[in-house]
Amino acid sequence: MSGRLERGGLIDRSKPLGFSFDSRRHQGYHGDTLASALLANGVRLVGRSFKYHRPRGFLSAGPEEPNGLFEIGEGAHREPNTRGTVQELYDGLVASSQNRWPSLRFDVLSFNDWLAPFLSAGFYYKTFMWPASFWEKVYEPFIRRAAGLGALSGEPDPDAYDHGYGFCDILVVGAGPAGLMAALAAGRAGARVIVADEDFLPGGRLNGEALEVDGRPGHEWAGEVAAELASMPNVRVMKRTAVFGAYDSGDWGLYERLTDHLGQKPEGIARGRLWHVNARRTIIACGSIERPIAFAGNDVPGVMMAGAVRTYLNRFAVAPGKRAVVFTNNEDGWRTARDLLDAGQEVAAVVDTRKGDRVPAGMEAVAGETRVAFGVRITGVLGRKSVRGVEILDGDGHSSVFAADLLAVSGGWNPTVHLTSHKGAKPVWREDIAAFVASKDRPGDQIIAGTANGAFSTAQALGEGLSAAEQALSDLGRKAPRLRVPKAENTATAIEAFWHVGEARGRAFIDFQNDVTAKDVKLAHAEGYRAVEHLKRYTTLGMATDQGKTANVTGLAVMAELTGRTIAETGTTVFRPPTTPVPIGAFAGRAHGRHQQPTRLTASHDWATERGAVFVEAGNWLRAQWFAQPGETDWRQSCDREAAAVRRSVGVCDVSTLGKIDIQGPDAATLLDRVYTNTFSTLAVGKARYGLMLREDGMMFDDGTASRLGETHFLMTTTTANAVGVMRHLEHATQVIWPDLDVQMISATEQWAQFAIAGPKSREVVARLVDEDVSNEAFPYMGVAEVTVCGVAGRLFRLSFSGELGFEVAVPARHGDALIRAIMEVGAQFEITPYGTEALNVLRIEKGHVTGAELNGQTTAADLGFARMVSAKKDCIGKVMAGREGLVDEDRPRLAGFVAADGQARLWAGSHFIEEDAPADLAHSIGHMTSVCYSPHLGRYIGLGLVRGGAARAGDTVRMVHPLKGIDIAVEIAHPVFLDPQGERLRG
Amino acid sequence: MRIPCPLCGERDSKEFSILGDATVKRPDPDGPDAAGEFFDYVYLRDNPAGTHCELWFHEAGCRQWLVVTRNTLTHEVAGAELSAGRKAKKR
Repeated sequence: MSGRLERGGLIDRSKPLGFSFDSRRHQGYHGDTLASALLANGVRLVGRSFKYHRPRGFLSAGPEEPNGLFEIGEGAHREPNTRGTVQELYDGLVASSQNRWPSLRFDVLSFNDWLAPFLSAGFYYKTFMWPASFWEKVYEPFIRRAAGLGALSGEPDPDAYDHGYGFCDILVVGAGPAGLMAALAAGRAGARVIVADEDFLPGGRLNGEALEVDGRPGHEWAGEVAAELASMPNVRVMKRTAVFGAYDSGDWGLYERLTDHLGQKPEGIARGRLWHVNARRTIIACGSIERPIAFAGNDVPGVMMAGAVRTYLNRFAVAPGKRAVVFTNNEDGWRTARDLLDAGQEVAAVVDTRKGDRVPAGMEAVAGETRVAFGVRITGVLGRKSVRGVEILDGDGHSSVFAADLLAVSGGWNPTVHLTSHKGAKPVWREDIAAFVASKDRPGDQIIAGTANGAFSTAQALGEGLSAAEQALSDLGRKAPRLRVPKAENTATAIEAFWHVGEARGRAFIDFQNDVTAKDVKLAHAEGYRAVEHLKRYTTLGMATDQGKTANVTGLAVMAELTGRTIAETGTTVFRPPTTPVPIGAFAGRAHGRHQQPTRLTASHDWATERGAVFVEAGNWLRAQWFAQPGETDWRQSCDREAAAVRRSVGVCDVSTLGKIDIQGPDAATLLDRVYTNTFSTLAVGKARYGLMLREDGMMFDDGTASRLGETHFLMTTTTANAVGVMRHLEHATQVIWPDLDVQMISATEQWAQFAIAGPKSREVVARLVDEDVSNEAFPYMGVAEVTVCGVAGRLFRLSFSGELGFEVAVPARHGDALIRAIMEVGAQFEITPYGTEALNVLRIEKGHVTGAELNGQTTAADLGFARMVSAKKDCIGKVMAGREGLVDEDRPRLAGFVAADGQARLWAGSHFIEEDAPADLAHSIGHMTSVCYSPHLGRYIGLGLVRGGAARAGDTVRMVHPLKGIDIAVEIAHPVFLDPQGERLRG
Repeated sequence: MRIPCPLCGERDSKEFSILGDATVKRPDPDGPDAAGEFFDYVYLRDNPAGTHCELWFHEAGCRQWLVVTRNTLTHEVAGAELSAGRKAKKR
């Protein structure tokens, strides 16, 4: 391992791990990231850039990484755009580079780099203008192939994701010095605390620095605090957990990676967990991100952030190069030189843009061991796939070249303020530290601490962590524990802002991931895109997967220079969640496929399954659609047999899924009068009545029967699909519109199993089930009674949806399975036939009953022939609006029946009706077919539909036109009730 | 977002569904301009930037309709009361 140091680092050298990158085998250690392991193996070229396909290496050592993106894993598990600096190493890890062909070292599309003059900002708009027809077929496919990041597997995501919900007094975002100090104080105070950090090792920068806290290595202090926190029952320490979004009322989005770091994925464990955490106070201590300086060649592999170099040295015991140059505008870069020298590495020079020849305090030894230059800038980098040397320009205009393979850059630090701006507060510029900090307008529950707040020294960060906890505890009425701020370094960064080298000859990158250069920003400025939001969209600066974490501030600083405004005046763009990529699957959690909605099963489900039922979903219920018998190969055979059996003898159908609402109270009848168009207060006890319900806008909402079980007790039924909506509608009516009504209601849909028994022999079957007299005299049409069914207290209704003599028998749901088996047993001598929703549909179309196809939200009661059911004597919901001019227009399409003029042709729902002599276009449509079926009873297709003139035109011929199927045939308008219009069968 | 339900305590907004403006009142169907008033009642809603009274239905909780006072700019919820209780008091 060419880059691994012999000693040090927070890695476990007793646990070597094998992994591969682009099919080459390498070795690292437990505690490595993919990035540190690759650098330890001397691999510096790890990717190709988005647009120019330039060779790229790691820029950072943290989640802000723009360059080092990989595809991890194989097959459907392949995860593109994974940051090598975040991915933990495990044994057997398979990583591949992205956006290159045929290989990373030789990438054909790197010719884009030579075409760069034509690929500048806005090049899509300028270059691919004409001919317009080329865009879709030539340009876009080319651009999509040439530009891009990793590729998705194309397979469904095979991983499972969980959702978690958490509550705490104090959420601490980040487990660096500030976060750990805050969590320690809050935890010792007894508050419920959640500490979340994206890293797998708590400590933040303490793990990457050779700094002491209270006289011992900083990472040791961090480890001890983390261990104490983990031991507290009131504290939850969440490693590998990114806080990605701030939401309302102290809600936060967190994503916890559960198995991405494991080679052997444990069975039954989700890949990740999306947390919804509600916190009363949140301490944002998520640190800061070091920013690059824009100079020519600043993207060549081997150019790295100075802080990242220290992290690789101190945390991972990896030297990212053998001979380094440090380029800095603040004190921090000097620390990198010192740490490199302490690790036995060579430092060719420290190049400081600041004037004044002032060696920082404590860095005298560094100045003694290496060349130091002040007021100097870097004008070029030698090398293409790896840094070979650095060209500098001093204040007197002299150029010189240093041989080096590592260039450590420090342009200062940007506090990570993203979370503080999610709710709309824009970060504000602080000139003294040359950085944006959180706005004071942020929500009051957010407290910022540490480098996230621009407090850049370790001592300041620890102090702010403690005072943030004290403030949060005081807000929550808790007493803060007595805690001392540990001793630590307290040097100011003494930054003199320096953003980009104006003398640059080559391209100076600002946004590495989206290949945006200082020249692109200049071009945007020249072309008038000067507002930050315009700059962002025109150049795509900050719009890649890293959301410009290393780019945004530099980009707008360059824009500020060009416009002659200050950075404060230039302002910044708004940050939005998520701050870090979160798998889409995590948002879905377990709610996908069959689990997106609950599945509701009726009491007769097992019985129906045994009978060969095919099920259909209706309002989350599985209803038997038909019962295939041996020898039946087509659903129509089953459906025709079932429908014919009902007309001939008797059939049984589970109707439990219809909504049932139990309504009680002195004003129950009044409520029904107000929600139904017709009157229910006049209904006798022991009777049912069919009712229509309108929406307040006058359109049909739902229909069903309501039975009066007592003077103040009704049972309302709804359609299966509208059961939830009607309940909500009634609760709105009683709580919002008429809260003075003395009435209560509850849904009883799931409490009762109910079966329709229909057909000429239905009374014979029912008589064998219930103790009571069910003769026509004792129990007439629309009768309702509480009865004893096979020894169980149940209910009997004399209702018919099929047009035949019919009953509905209801028992408590737990007896439903027994009841259907009993019905089949006593019905056997009458050849009782179970029927499904298809036969139910045939029976109701034959009888002209409307369902969802007709109650489509665009029809009025009058449209469906129910004008006389709207009581003139009383108000009801929707009545006033139903009287609107357009809704009472005689020309509105109205319900009618249809048969093919030739008697046999198949009818199609959805077809338009056109007058015989009119052109077949939408302008001449006079309505449409809503429901069709083959009627075994009539031996032909029949349909229901809405046509101008309605059933009054019975006998007329119009055309049924279905352009998608190329059908245009003559159909005859008929009365919608095809069977027994006088209703003699059902009253018999 | 969290809503303080008077019956259930502070609950996540996922348990609720919003209907909007709670200030509209169903007009008198026998009034002189019932048609016009009903048109306004059904279709016209104010959408103020700032404090607003809204109807929220605690459907996955106590099934009560609440009048929630919410700032539409910041989503801060100032309070919630039962719609039924509020109207009854006024009568």
